Amino acid sequence: MSTAQTGSSRVKRGLAEMLKGGVIMDVVTPEQARIAEDAGAVAVMALERVPADIRAQGGVARMSDPDLIEAIIAEVSIPVMAKARIGHFVEAQVLQALDVDYIDESEVLSPADYVNHIDKWGFDTPFVCGATNLGEALRRINEGAAMIRSKGEAGTGDVSEATKHIRKITSEINQLKSMTRDELYVAAKELQAPYELVLEVAETGKLPVVLFTAGGVATPADAAMMMQLGADGVFVGSGIFKSGNPEQRAAAIVKATTFYDDPKVIAEVSRGLGEAMVGINVGDLPAPHRLAERGW
Amino acid sequence: MVTLRDESLGATDATGPTVGVLALQGDFREHARVLGELGAKVVLVRRPEDLEGLEGLVIPGGESTVMDKLSRAFGVAEPLKRRIAEGLPVYGTCAGLIMIADTLLDTIEGQQNLGGLDVVVRRNAFGSQNQSFETDLPVPALGEPPVHAVFIRGPVVESVGEKATPLASLPDGRVVAVEQGDLVGTSFHPEIQGDHRFHEYFLGKVRARASAASPTP
Repeated sequence: MSTAQTGSSRVKRGLAEMLKGGVIMDVVTPEQARIAEDAGAVAVMALERVPADIRAQGGVARMSDPDLIEAIIAEVSIPVMAKARIGHFVEAQVLQALDVDYIDESEVLSPADYVNHIDKWGFDTPFVCGATNLGEALRRINEGAAMIRSKGEAGTGDVSEATKHIRKITSEINQLKSMTRDELYVAAKELQAPYELVLEVAETGKLPVVLFTAGGVATPADAAMMMQLGADGVFVGSGIFKSGNPEQRAAAIVKATTFYDDPKVIAEVSRGLGEAMVGINVGDLPAPHRLAERGW
Repeated sequence: MVTLRDESLGATDATGPTVGVLALQGDFREHARVLGELGAKVVLVRRPEDLEGLEGLVIPGGESTVMDKLSRAFGVAEPLKRRIAEGLPVYGTCAGLIMIADTLLDTIEGQQNLGGLDVVVRRNAFGSQNQSFETDLPVPALGEPPVHAVFIRGPVVESVGEKATPLASLPDGRVVAVEQGDLVGTSFHPEIQGDHRFHEYFLGKVRARASAASPTP
C-alpha cells in the first residue's frame, strides 16, 4: 500500500491511544472550551447542555446545534468530540460532516433506536461508546467503536456507578484471562459477544481499544480512583462547570489523573477548590431516570 | 515508590542503556514496551528526580499542550531543557516532536517548548481526525522496506534549519522526520505500529553517546 489511507481502524483507535492519561471535559460554550484547554484538557466534548441540566430539564436530548460545535472547534486546538443519540446514524453523519474528531454515541442523549446501535464501521470519524460491562463493550467494538468509556451515571456527581462499571469490566477481563480455550466459547455466549473478540481479550488481558471512565467523576480523588481501578483516562461531564471554581477544579483533575498513584499530589491539588457540583445520589434516582440503563 | 502499572515495561534485568519515557500523558506505555523489548532499562519520567541517570529520553505521542503544562507545573521542563542542551539523546513522536522543536506554529497562547531541534513545526498540520492517515513512508536512513507510518492529527516540519537534517518526507515534499545529532523527531507513531526500526535507530545513538562518554575497558 503506497497511498495514504484515512479512517482505518488503526488511525481511529490511534487517536484514543494519544488521549490516554488525560481528561476529556464537557463544555457548552467556546468560553468553557477555552478554559478547559487552558486547564490541560486532552479533548473537549461539545454539547448544548451538560448531563446535570439534561437531567434537571428533562425532555428529549439531541445532537447539539452545528453552529455551537463549529464555534467550539474554532476556539480550541485540542480534539473536539460531540454526541449523537444511540442508533441515530444521521446525527453521526452530520457530526462527521462537521469534522468533529470523535463521535460519542451516548446514552446521555435520548436514544433514537431501541434495537440497533449505529454501524460505526462505515465512518471515517472514530466513535466512543459507553458500556456497563465487558459484553456491552465488546458488542460496541464489534459494531466499530474505536474507544470505550464505562458509563457511570452521568450528571449526578455520584461516582459509585462509575466505580461499579469499571470494576465490572476489569473483573470480567480478569476472568477471561484465567479460562481455558474451550471455556471461552461459553464465556462468549454468556457475554453475548463475538468469540473472536472474547479470545483476543483473553489472550491480551485488555480491551482491543482504549478504556476511559465516565459518569459522576467530580473531584481529583474521583479521577485518581478511576485511574487506579484501571481506566486509561477520564471524562468529566457536569463535574467541572457545575462547580464553584471551574478553572481550578479542571486543572486539579488533570494533575490528579497524571499523578493518580501519588496521594500527596492529589491532596495538594484538592485544597481550596470550593464547592463541588451539587450531587444526586444514584440510589435516589427513580429507575427511568438512570441513563446508564440506556444501551444494551 | 508506587509503580505506574509498569508490568509492561519489559525485563527489569535489562542490560541495555537506561532510557526514560516522559509519562505525563499520552501513549508512553507503548514506547516503554518497545524500548523494553529492545533491551533498554525503561524509566517512566514524571518528576525532575526521574531524569537522574538517564542516557536517553523518549517523549511520546499525546497532547503537547497538556505535556507542556504538566512538565512545567511539576518542575520537569527546566532540568530537561538543560539536559537536552548538554546533549541528552531525545526521540519525540508527534507531540514529542512538538516539544523538542525550536519554533512552533499554531500553538495555544502561552504554550512553551523544550527546544533543541533547529526546525519550525506546525501543530495539527493535516487538519481534524478525519484527515489522520497511515501510509508507507520511505526512510533512507533505515533502508528497505519503507516504514508504515501512522499520522494522528500530526504535526509537520515546515522548515528545517541549518543544524537539522530531514529523514523522511511525504510525496508532496512535507518533512515528517528529522534528526540533529542525538535528537530525533517524527510526526508519526512507530510505537503503535510494530516497526521498531526508529527506536533501534535512536537506541543506537544512545549507546554511541554512552560509550563515547565512558569508554569501556
